[in-house]
Amino acid sequence: MTSTVSHAIGHEHHDSGSQTVLGFWFYLMTDCILFATAFATYAVLYRNTAGGVSGKDIFDLQYVAVETAALLLSSITYGFAMISGQKGLRSGVMTWLAVTFLFGAVFIGMELNEFHHLISEGNGPGTSAFLSAFFGLVGLHGLHVTAGLFWMAVLMFEAARTGLTGRLMTRLNCLSLFWHFLDVVWICVFTVVYLKGAM
Amino acid sequence: MLLLGKLTLDAIPYKEPIIMGALSGAGLMGLAVMALITKFGKWGYLWNEWLTSVDHKKIGVMYIVVALIMLLRGFADALMMRTQLAMATNGHMGIFPPEHYDQIFTAHGVIMIIFMAMPFMTGLMNIVVPLQIGARDVAFPFLNSLSFWLLVSAVVLVNLSLGVGNFARTGWVAYPPLSELGFSPDVGVDYYTWALQISGIGTTLTAINFLVTVIKMRAPGMKLMEMPIFTWTCTWANVLIAASFPILTGTLAMLSLDRYLGFHFFTSEAGGNAMMYLNLFWAWGHPEVYILVLPAFGVFSEVISTFTGKRLFGHKSMIIASGVISILGFVVWLHHFFTMGSGADVNAFFGIATMVISVPTGVKLFNWLFTMYRGRLRFTSPVLWTLGFMVTFSIGGMTGVLMAVPGADFVLHNSLFLIAHFHNTIIGGAVFGYLAGFTFWFPKAFGFKLNEKLGKAAFWFWQSGFYFAFMPLYVLGFMGMTRRLNHTNNPAWDPWLYLACFGALLVACGIGCQLLQIAVSIRDRKQNLDLSGDPWDGHTLEWSTSSPPPVYNFATLPQVQDIDAFTDMKEKGVAYQVPEVYAPIHMPRNTAAGLVIGGFATALGFALIWHIWWLAIVGLVGIIGTMLVRAYDSDRDYYIQPDEIEQIERLRFERMGIDVDDYSEPETTPSKPGQRPVTTA
Repeated sequence: MTSTVSHAIGHEHHDSGSQTVLGFWFYLMTDCILFATAFATYAVLYRNTAGGVSGKDIFDLQYVAVETAALLLSSITYGFAMISGQKGLRSGVMTWLAVTFLFGAVFIGMELNEFHHLISEGNGPGTSAFLSAFFGLVGLHGLHVTAGLFWMAVLMFEAARTGLTGRLMTRLNCLSLFWHFLDVVWICVFTVVYLKGAM
Repeated sequence: MLLLGKLTLDAIPYKEPIIMGALSGAGLMGLAVMALITKFGKWGYLWNEWLTSVDHKKIGVMYIVVALIMLLRGFADALMMRTQLAMATNGHMGIFPPEHYDQIFTAHGVIMIIFMAMPFMTGLMNIVVPLQIGARDVAFPFLNSLSFWLLVSAVVLVNLSLGVGNFARTGWVAYPPLSELGFSPDVGVDYYTWALQISGIGTTLTAINFLVTVIKMRAPGMKLMEMPIFTWTCTWANVLIAASFPILTGTLAMLSLDRYLGFHFFTSEAGGNAMMYLNLFWAWGHPEVYILVLPAFGVFSEVISTFTGKRLFGHKSMIIASGVISILGFVVWLHHFFTMGSGADVNAFFGIATMVISVPTGVKLFNWLFTMYRGRLRFTSPVLWTLGFMVTFSIGGMTGVLMAVPGADFVLHNSLFLIAHFHNTIIGGAVFGYLAGFTFWFPKAFGFKLNEKLGKAAFWFWQSGFYFAFMPLYVLGFMGMTRRLNHTNNPAWDPWLYLACFGALLVACGIGCQLLQIAVSIRDRKQNLDLSGDPWDGHTLEWSTSSPPPVYNFATLPQVQDIDAFTDMKEKGVAYQVPEVYAPIHMPRNTAAGLVIGGFATALGFALIWHIWWLAIVGLVGIIGTMLVRAYDSDRDYYIQPDEIEQIERLRFERMGIDVDDYSEPETTPSKPGQRPVTTA
């Protein structure tokens, strides 16, 4: 008697997967506002070069285009990972996540190289308000991508250990939202910072 | 140097008798509390039942405990300021040199807003909202515990600044360039930024948590527009938090980059723009005051409708008015610095937007008045707080509209008139609301009522003390006295400064009454037990369960058919149904992970403040490591079995005088007509 009842009503506890994803959506919206803050600051400060370099002098659009391509491709490959996940193919998930990770790492590597290049030429963030805002905004995005890569590595480890559990799929879903969100933000960065700066 | 960063023995202010006195007093009290816990062998209880708890009710209680402790600290700062200003006139310099006094007013503002009002509001929300929507907990119980411990971590940092180093001397807004490294080279501003940063992240997580809770976990039948009004005002506050706290996070991060890595966001050289900080700060700061006051409006609404015995007038218009206030709260930030010189049209826009806010606020006030109209108002202490609020807050609102006129603001900007205005709204609005809510929901959280006599005495001291303390500041503002003065030399100001000091002493009596009230109420709890769970003839679901509620809140999820769901149940005679059978309830397990992360966050903050880089790495790795351990802990929940639930519920019904056996064995026991809501065919 008790067992049938518990079976019938035992599932009344909430479906935590959809709750988690909704909560993560809300988190992304707060993150969006954090980025908005950085964008607003960049918009106010980008002319304040204090006699130093401006965007025209330091942005290499071709370089940034390759960087952008790496990040955008990583969004597609993450999508492939999710499709494999929905089909229940662990090897597909692992492969596509590895490819995504690689593209993400290329992006971060190129960004770090750009930063290193700028700083070694004497155009570090302490030079002018423009460069502070540039390093602040692009660095904030880069920090997010780095966190995403770390998270991806953790989830790949989990996938290898436990297989595609419901818990893992929820987490992959959240990371998927995060990863695509960072792509959208990067498109804004590319437009507002690089395109507008180099023109 | 590498081991301790900037930290040396000189950081401890052993030459300052006042600080050392305060420190040893606090230390002795802490030791006494720890000794008492040890003596009664309560460490295990404290750890298992409270510190590691993920139960929203207990987390709520802990929030309010922190808020009350910080109220005492913040109020001690207030008393010191009023004493200083009453003494330091006519050539006397008072007891605090500017160096120390500036830290006091900064700490007072930061503590009262971030570490008193915010946790008080969050605590009430934690205790009440899940109960009001008929839920068993919040959406993410562990995250809730983590938010609380991040707050505690920040509180620890702020209080550490008293004994190790110093606190900011910039005012609670920490405007650059004063807060930049060049003008504030020591650790004061860093204590400020990291404490706000850590607690701010906790607050953002709380908002996300409660937004998901009200969207996903309402009891069956409860529509969004039928949520109780306190839940609604908290929901608006959470929307505001989610939309505004990230701005604070970003702004403080930029200030820190300026201070730590030589960036030039807000500096006065290399193209930095200090006014950018002001804009960003108030883009958070103005919504923040609505975050504080909206839930208080919710408390007043609940109190007024409960104690008049009527449904709240204009429930829907109340929800819409709160929403309008929330949205308008985002388009008025510039009124904090009309004097920046944005030009007449920009100032006019923000001035008018500010004035418009008084419209939805007026709607609320009339709703409360119409709720009382033709009601039978019971003059309990929550009602006194509410009536006091309605008068006091109206005055504060009107002086606000006055200052929203940019021309008038040029005269009143940074004067004591402004100080009087925002204390008028924050004390008369938010704090009165929290204190009303504290008294109102105390029996729900603890199972016994607070002493009414002392509660009323506290109200009258607070109310009269408030007017004595702050009406003189309006006058002083008109007389030209600016804020943040350390000493004055204008004899015409003196009588008003003395009056203000007297007012602060009256409020001190009020706080004394409240402390006494808590002590007396605990002593006399047996006489004031709330056995029914419904001490005030309440309207909403939190009153339908026992006081204090069982860990699972509701043995069976309530079915909601009305805004005043519990009144509806009582009228239909289905309020205290004994279910035929209980189902197992899925509950989260307690965890120490939140506390551990809070500990690492404290270490990280302290290390960053003092440039102790190895400790910062330990803190950061600790936080990430603990989160990973938590993420892969698969033993996170359990089921409460029906027999245990039945035992708990049976006890409750027995206390209420309802015969449970009558229901569980309907075939053998003859039924009593009229007492049996569930019929078995």
